[in-house]
Amino acid sequence: MKLYLPLAIFLALVGLFGFGLWWNSAHNPTLVPSPLIGKPAPAWNLPLLYQPAKTLDKADMLGKPYIVNVFASWCFACADEHPVLMAYSHDLGVPLIGYDYKDKATDALAWLQQHGDPYTQVVADESGRTAINFGVYGAPETYLINARGIILWKHIGPLTPGVIRDELAPRLRKLGIQPRIGA
Amino acid sequence: MMPELGQMALILALILAAVQAVFPLLGAWRGSSALMRMARPAVAGQFVFMVLAYAVLTHAFMVNDFSVRYVAENSNLTLPWYYRFSAVWGAHAGSLLLWVLILNVWTLAVAVFSRRLPEAFVARVLGIMGLVSVGFLSFSVLTSNPFLRVLPAPANGMDLNPVLQDPGLVMHPPMLYMGYVGFSVAFAFAIAALLGGAFDDVWVRWARPWTNAAFGFLSAGIVLGSWWSYAELGWGGWWFWDPVENASFMPWLVGAALIHAQAVTEKRGGLRAWTLLLSIFAFSLSLLGTFLVRSGLLTSVHAFASDPRRGLYILMLLGLAVGASLLLYALRAPKVAGGKPFALASRETLIVIGNLMLVVASAMVLIGTLYPIIGDALHLGRVSIGPPYFGPLFIAMMAPVVLLLPFGPFARWGHADLREWKRVALIGAVAALVGGTLFAWAASGGMPGWQAWLGGLSSAWVVAGVILYARKRWVSVPAGRRYPAEMAGMLLGHLGVGIFLAGALLTNNLSVERDVRLAPGQTAQVGGYTFRFEGVTDVRGPNWVAHQGTLVVTRGDQQIAVLHPQKREYSGDIVQTEAAVDAGLFRDLYVALGEGLGNHGAWALRLYDKPFVRWVWLGGLFMALGGFVTLLDRRFRVRVTQDAGDSTPAPASPRPVRAQEAGA
Amino acid sequence: MKGMLRTATLVLLLGTALASSAVDALPFKNAAQEVRFQDLTRQLRCLVCQNEDLADSDAKLAKDLRYEIFQQMQAGRSNAQIKQWLVDRYGDYVLYKPPLKPSNYPLWFSPFVLLLLGALGVGIYLRRRAQPPAAAGSDEDQDW
Repeated sequence: MKLYLPLAIFLALVGLFGFGLWWNSAHNPTLVPSPLIGKPAPAWNLPLLYQPAKTLDKADMLGKPYIVNVFASWCFACADEHPVLMAYSHDLGVPLIGYDYKDKATDALAWLQQHGDPYTQVVADESGRTAINFGVYGAPETYLINARGIILWKHIGPLTPGVIRDELAPRLRKLGIQPRIGA
Repeated sequence: MMPELGQMALILALILAAVQAVFPLLGAWRGSSALMRMARPAVAGQFVFMVLAYAVLTHAFMVNDFSVRYVAENSNLTLPWYYRFSAVWGAHAGSLLLWVLILNVWTLAVAVFSRRLPEAFVARVLGIMGLVSVGFLSFSVLTSNPFLRVLPAPANGMDLNPVLQDPGLVMHPPMLYMGYVGFSVAFAFAIAALLGGAFDDVWVRWARPWTNAAFGFLSAGIVLGSWWSYAELGWGGWWFWDPVENASFMPWLVGAALIHAQAVTEKRGGLRAWTLLLSIFAFSLSLLGTFLVRSGLLTSVHAFASDPRRGLYILMLLGLAVGASLLLYALRAPKVAGGKPFALASRETLIVIGNLMLVVASAMVLIGTLYPIIGDALHLGRVSIGPPYFGPLFIAMMAPVVLLLPFGPFARWGHADLREWKRVALIGAVAALVGGTLFAWAASGGMPGWQAWLGGLSSAWVVAGVILYARKRWVSVPAGRRYPAEMAGMLLGHLGVGIFLAGALLTNNLSVERDVRLAPGQTAQVGGYTFRFEGVTDVRGPNWVAHQGTLVVTRGDQQIAVLHPQKREYSGDIVQTEAAVDAGLFRDLYVALGEGLGNHGAWALRLYDKPFVRWVWLGGLFMALGGFVTLLDRRFRVRVTQDAGDSTPAPASPRPVRAQEAGA
Repeated sequence: MKGMLRTATLVLLLGTALASSAVDALPFKNAAQEVRFQDLTRQLRCLVCQNEDLADSDAKLAKDLRYEIFQQMQAGRSNAQIKQWLVDRYGDYVLYKPPLKPSNYPLWFSPFVLLLLGALGVGIYLRRRAQPPAAAGSDEDQDW
């Protein structure tokens, strides 16, 4: 009987590999889930891209849910994502805050000029220091934050219509928002 | 037209591989000599067509035929010819071709050097190797055809990944594959023995030289890979416990266990089932490595661009090959332990303990490598498993091996002389304490840190054991018979362990690393050396432009070296650092160029003084050499036929050859 | 001074989009601190260039994090505090040494369990097979 032990262990391994292949085809293996889900968003206070003298902070946004979308002019995937944001930004039913990440203001302004601006407000984090507190490790990233400032959901990588419909919209509905997005 | 010829050759090779797999196995089963005799012509034919296919792909690289997609993706008009030659194995499809070609080389060698082995046994061995070949050739033809065209042909190719444009990569994959695939021979011998009933263990004697050769190649391949990443990736480290490195290390560990287990089985008849199992494991882990690297299952810096379809195909291949082998093992492995009696204090016992540690260490590497997938499966969250996990556990697993290693040669088969062990322990301990401490002291230039001290101690302990045994043979055995090749190989391999221990532990403890900002004319001190930065100039290579720094290294008034680290820019804006290394037996000086800082010509530089880092690779090369030297042993050259009458016993072997006992 | 340093680093960060070696000349207080920094950053994983450690990654984020770690060291924070700070933001994934907690018990203990089982198996095998020594043969009949 013990002669069958190596075979049994090997078959378990094959099962694990099969699972791994399936998992990798269904998930992006480079994604690292955020430990901040369900926790209060870090305190932030960032200058507005269009009016650098003014700032926006976490307290300003308390009281209603909002979405933060991390982008940058140097980020290729952001350019892929941008048309989706342009198409959906008015249907979400909540403010969409653009978070310009490690970018020169002039570059970001030119980029928004060229691609269009879907955002309610745009804040600029030129040093990327605040982004570390959010656990940002690449752009684009998208956060859903509720009225009490808790991070409910994070998406890493470009938003697609599918992600918005299947992952974002249901969560918005749970918050009592009625996004104009077909179920 | 040429690439289509290549593809035809590949398909013909596949058909011949199928012939080589099916008919000899059938012949061995039915006892048909005619069918069995088809093996060798099929091997030769397959080899010819594989060489042809491989030559066609190489030719396509040489003439820059960008209508072949693989060439267009991995070469460029400006790529020097020698990198176009090695670019053939620079990505998945071509390296798979190399894998099969090397399998064919091993198969051909077995076919040539096994003329005097029993016909049915050889037919089975070649048939098994044919089956392996069918698996991989069909993989190539069905999912990874390197001859696919792209029309219209692009004017220029995309270039070979700059990381791969290095002399280290020209040699590393072929060596590594020689090792990986070489274990297929031991595997095929073991399966053939199981198919034939595994009634005796003469097959082990025939398999041993092949296993030792494969182990030698794998050692050399791993050393080259380590050296390449040290020089090319610009990090100055020599081992990262990356999944791909682990994939090559697991078969190496099991291979090390196997060559020792084979010795027990061949000479004493013990561990028969275990040796069969390890033969299957060594090759299975090679296949597993191939799967892990090419399926994209694990994220790695070295991995090939992956494709899930490919992953599924290799998983099926792996499941079939290994699953069937282990099933056969379960059904046919000898159920009764055999072999000569041995006492608790004996070489057998030491080898069994060493085997246990090596195999558990290999399992530990496997667990650590796969745990992220298990984490995904059980929703445990993403974890990273790196050097702080593998390093300490590996050291813990290997400590007993190092401790017992000097006793191995002294321990006689069957029953060791305990007084001799005591003597070895005593002299070894004194040598380690005195010699090792002095060595660590001298290397550290003062009071050594605990790691350097451990390096000195363990290294001196192992080396003392080797020297003591060499001396004993010198004194007690007449000239000419003192060091048979098999023993010399063992001594060299064990010496390699000693050298490696010193290298690994000393370099980890004594290396000094500094990141500095230097303007031209400024200096930095690293480990007693003064690095003077002379500025950066622009240089141009065949397919890159580079910033090249100049640093003059002095010690006291003496100029030691002039180093030229580069930061190259290849086509497609890919930037690649080329570290400059002044290599030495006792230390490397290593410089990598960072970024330009400001407009005063200042640059960020990473400077290293790495004492004894060469010993890491030197130790590995000694282990490789040990594997190769054993091949010269005269005993292995004795050919045994079924009617043992015409074989002469080897003069070096005082005991009757077991195979003859079995045959008689 | 600190402000100037920050500006200098910023210029450095944004100066080149594609750098390929992770070299930053940070003004350490002393050699011991530099060694501590190197050891610590080698135990941390970069999230962008996965499978590179923080010490060797040339990703912009890695550079930011190295600078952050450097500053926290200047502020007198311990290695454990700095690691916790990173884990709070990025999860256990940044640690190359998985923490010893229930979900990682199999990882940390299974090699030792295997070793124990193996040792048990070897013990049984040796007990069953090993015999009291017969008279020791001479070295001559040892087959090499």
